[in-house]
Amino acid sequence: MAETAERESAVIRGLRRSPVAHLAEEFAQGSVEGAHGVALREVPFLTMVGLRVNPASAAGERVGAVAGGLPNSCGQVGGAADGSGTGTLWLGPQEFLVVAPEDVADDGGPAALVSALQQALGQDAGQAVDLSANRTTFELAGPSAREVLEKSCALDLHPRVFKPGTAYVTEIGLIPALLWKVDVQTYRIFPRASFADFLGRWLLDGMQEFNAAQVS
Amino acid sequence: MLLIACPNCGPRDETEFHYGGQAHVAYPQNPDALTDREWSEFLFYRDNTKGEFAERWLHSTGCRQWFNMLRDTVSYEIKAIYPMGAVPPGRASSGARARATSGTAHTTQKGPQS
Ligand SMILES: [Zn+2]
Repeated sequence: MAETAERESAVIRGLRRSPVAHLAEEFAQGSVEGAHGVALREVPFLTMVGLRVNPASAAGERVGAVAGGLPNSCGQVGGAADGSGTGTLWLGPQEFLVVAPEDVADDGGPAALVSALQQALGQDAGQAVDLSANRTTFELAGPSAREVLEKSCALDLHPRVFKPGTAYVTEIGLIPALLWKVDVQTYRIFPRASFADFLGRWLLDGMQEFNAAQVS
Repeated sequence: MLLIACPNCGPRDETEFHYGGQAHVAYPQNPDALTDREWSEFLFYRDNTKGEFAERWLHSTGCRQWFNMLRDTVSYEIKAIYPMGAVPPGRASSGARARATSGTAHTTQKGPQS
């Protein structure tokens, strides 16, 4: 039984395609190195779990213990705020998104994390749902990454306001997206799968100018 | 473009929000008892105030939470932002406007999600 399930999930892993797999080459070609560089790539198949729970309740505490700590205000990230492990993004006062590596929970994957969160929730009000296929992840990094984002994101992205280890729900290029600053020059962007092709091409377009020779 | 201060997220562009119409329209106590005219007035008739107007807004691409706003419909000045269910600041909690007393309006016409 367990063997069959394992074989099946291996087959599924081989068959699945990430939302912007077809743009991988264009991302590589559009990436720029150097002092004004900016690089774009897709980080496919991250584990994402939608959480709804009152963080101030006992259930919130139990769920937080599994998720590595729930953030308690807009912008905060619980757990690994630098994106190195399992981090929990604040989406609303009682809504969160757990983002984890693909092989989270000792390679049990999303299902293992979801069931651990559901167990923590117990019979109390709330939910934990596997949303891994809902969004994909872009990583935009480099000295010019902020400038690329500033073309179409109205948030104040200046480092004195937007600190590494914080994340916001906002709009980029007029589409809804989550923006997580994992490092001084590295951003993770989470568009919904159906918007990913558009946002990928949009960001590439914004990166193009940094490929041109600098005029001094 | 309005810059709207979401109570949860702080100031954001108007494009992140959706308008939810007039605030504080209470759901009828007993809808079955209403005449067709009274029911249609509850459903469709709204004030068209020139000046200060209490309205509902949803931070749809942000925290997805509803809140109330007191806005001047002439100057677009946002006078106050206050939680669902609260009485508009500066207005008496009871009296003149019978429609302005209920805190349950937000659960009736549109749900808290959209
Ligand atoms: Zn908000």
